[in-house]
Amino acid sequence: MMLGKTAGGLFWMFRYIERAENTARLLEAGWRIALTRSDGESNEWQSVINTAGIDAAYSAKFDSFDSGSVINFLLRDRDNPSSVLSSIEAARSNARMVRTALSSEVWEAVNECWMEVKSALARPVSERTLHELLAAIRYRTSVVRGALHGTMLRNDIFAFSRLGTFLERADNTARILDVKYYVLLPSAAFVGSRIDNVQWEVILRSVSAERSYRWLNGGETTPIGIAEFLILDKRMPRSLAFCYSKIGENLNWLANDYGTRHESHALADRICGQLNGTTVNTIFEEGLHEFLTASINDTSSLASLIQTDFRFYK
Amino acid sequence: MADTGSTFDEMLAQPDQPRSPYESYFQWFANEDLKDLRRKSREAEAFFRRIGITFNVYGQDEADERLIPFDIVPRIISAREWATLERGIEQRVRAINAFLHDIYHRQEILRAGRIPKEIISKNTAFLPEMIGVNPPGGVYTHIVGTDLVRTGENEFFVLEDNARTPSGVSYMLENRETMLQMFPELFSQLKVRPVSAYPQLLRRSLADCAPEGLTDRPTVAVLTPGIHNSAYFEHAFLADQMGAELVESHDLVVENGRVAMRTTQGYHPIDVLYRRVDDDYLDPLTFNPDSLLGVPGIMDVYRAGNITIANAPGTGIADDKALYSYMPDIVEFYTGERAILQNVPTWRCSEADSLAYVLDHLSELVVKEVHGSGGYGMLVGPAASKKEIAAFEKKLRARPSNYIAQPTLALSTVPILSKAGLAPRHVDLRPFVLVSPNKVEITPGGLTRVALKKGSLVVNSSQGGGTKDTWVLGD
Repeated sequence: MMLGKTAGGLFWMFRYIERAENTARLLEAGWRIALTRSDGESNEWQSVINTAGIDAAYSAKFDSFDSGSVINFLLRDRDNPSSVLSSIEAARSNARMVRTALSSEVWEAVNECWMEVKSALARPVSERTLHELLAAIRYRTSVVRGALHGTMLRNDIFAFSRLGTFLERADNTARILDVKYYVLLPSAAFVGSRIDNVQWEVILRSVSAERSYRWLNGGETTPIGIAEFLILDKRMPRSLAFCYSKIGENLNWLANDYGTRHESHALADRICGQLNGTTVNTIFEEGLHEFLTASINDTSSLASLIQTDFRFYK
Repeated sequence: MADTGSTFDEMLAQPDQPRSPYESYFQWFANEDLKDLRRKSREAEAFFRRIGITFNVYGQDEADERLIPFDIVPRIISAREWATLERGIEQRVRAINAFLHDIYHRQEILRAGRIPKEIISKNTAFLPEMIGVNPPGGVYTHIVGTDLVRTGENEFFVLEDNARTPSGVSYMLENRETMLQMFPELFSQLKVRPVSAYPQLLRRSLADCAPEGLTDRPTVAVLTPGIHNSAYFEHAFLADQMGAELVESHDLVVENGRVAMRTTQGYHPIDVLYRRVDDDYLDPLTFNPDSLLGVPGIMDVYRAGNITIANAPGTGIADDKALYSYMPDIVEFYTGERAILQNVPTWRCSEADSLAYVLDHLSELVVKEVHGSGGYGMLVGPAASKKEIAAFEKKLRARPSNYIAQPTLALSTVPILSKAGLAPRHVDLRPFVLVSPNKVEITPGGLTRVALKKGSLVVNSSQGGGTKDTWVLGD
């Protein structure tokens, strides 16, 4: 038996942990581009803000996209609900709420993560310390995930935690692709300029997949290859297909355990079916942007169905 | 007893001469390196922060999470001392339960003229809604935290009975965990009685008080005001340790005559609710209508006997400071025995003679608000400035019946680890008591609160107090 509130708290705790990690990764990729390019740097920062889906909050505070403003906005601005600091604080506050559902290892890992991030982000961050800081954030969130895997029972607590993780991740991967979809269009392949190579790399880096992609593809980077890898490749733990297979798995686990199927199960089945039944060529033919927009909307509908079906709120 | 000028130190009879419960500890301490111990002390703080044993401070702008300072020198109580305390506490707690039953039923004690009627009828802690209600199992105070102070070898006094929702038990448990991790060798040398069974005992004790006629294992839940409450850590800790659900107002509804919690699979009824929400907020339909922390309709379910509320609503009348001075009579009235534990002599400022005495001796006395708690709104005469005394006198004259006064007790001291080594500080003790229909269980130990400031007598955590682990020795 589990309180609806607890299910919601776990779901959001792990969404926020995932979000903090994704924001850090996105920042790292953007920063790398900014370092390796002399021209058009602010353009890249703009697309980073775009990908994070926080344009409105950013433009309310800043007029331009200089690296200092963007870095600090992404990392530590409380006006940015997706900043690493806001996300970690929200994750920890949810963890406090559901503390009885967590093993002490998971609770301590998220509490220590919060203590370290809070103190590291207490003052503005300079580029000099950025790399170390991002590594620390990734390390701390990994410890939380490790504790989850190593110490938690495989029951509904685990299922809701994983649902939060994979819904956030699916949303993030689809957004990264959508913001950059134009560099992946077939026409872009003919351009073949250095700029596009850099853009492809940034996509891969944003999901920490530049090395695994090359390893699988023998060093040949093509836009269609990248899109296939991030959308359909189930070996890739941040691909939409992988995320959705995990979402389906965890929802099915709940259906078996509770003996009830809900609307969320039907929607998840439909999305999984679509991903399994398509090819990257079909996606491109029918429009990459349209596909990604639909995917982002589906993910968001699924999240709200899960919230209602399992009574997160009164 | 009071103000004899000499303070009883629990560890040392003379400098370098420990009292018997402390002999082995003292020897061990003498061989330790102070620097090492101070490092351990810092480690303890990091440990507390990491596991999140914090409390929120009211009246601060930012919802700040603070640590209660922990001192690594244990407070040690001998088996013989503990046996007396145990008997005294059990007697007092049984009397309190009998008193509560009586006061909400026939009121024999009022008929017998042992306590004045108006002290009950005009008291906001007395809930007329509880008249004639029979709590499941006949238990009113499932959990009690009796505050004791000591002034000499055999001089223990009850300072407060805390029969509403006493807090601090999580510190008793976590302080012990910390000490076990830091000083395992001490525990193999000394026979310290364990406290770790408390959460299981609490669960069993609560389950034993469940409404009659249940077919399944009773469902127990802890009701917390939420994560911003100062004791939230403790609420979560206890729920976790007991394997009970931690619920808030918005998780609960009244449905089909039961209180039920919203789960991922629908509503599930609760049999025993360990509530950490005050009476006034418990049911907006019965008490404070603005309360967002309670459950509308829970009192109807309670009156119908379909849920156990721990502690029962209305128990506050038993630990009300206006009644405190009558406790020896209450114990005698219901047990037929003299109280084993002494009461601190108390002047009721509602009585003209007493008020006159108190006004003349403000600089020597401790004056407390009848309904106050946590060390707020009280005057410690010997530590107050002339200005503070004058200001307090005004309040006292305006509403004398709102105050009681007590002599400033020379609270015993136990050393803390200071920069220079051991340094005596004043302490009190809160043992935790569980009451079920068939028994009263007292965990051997409790929460020792210590005033960290030299000479200070105020041990409350909200006023700069710390805590110590409390060791009760086996035979």
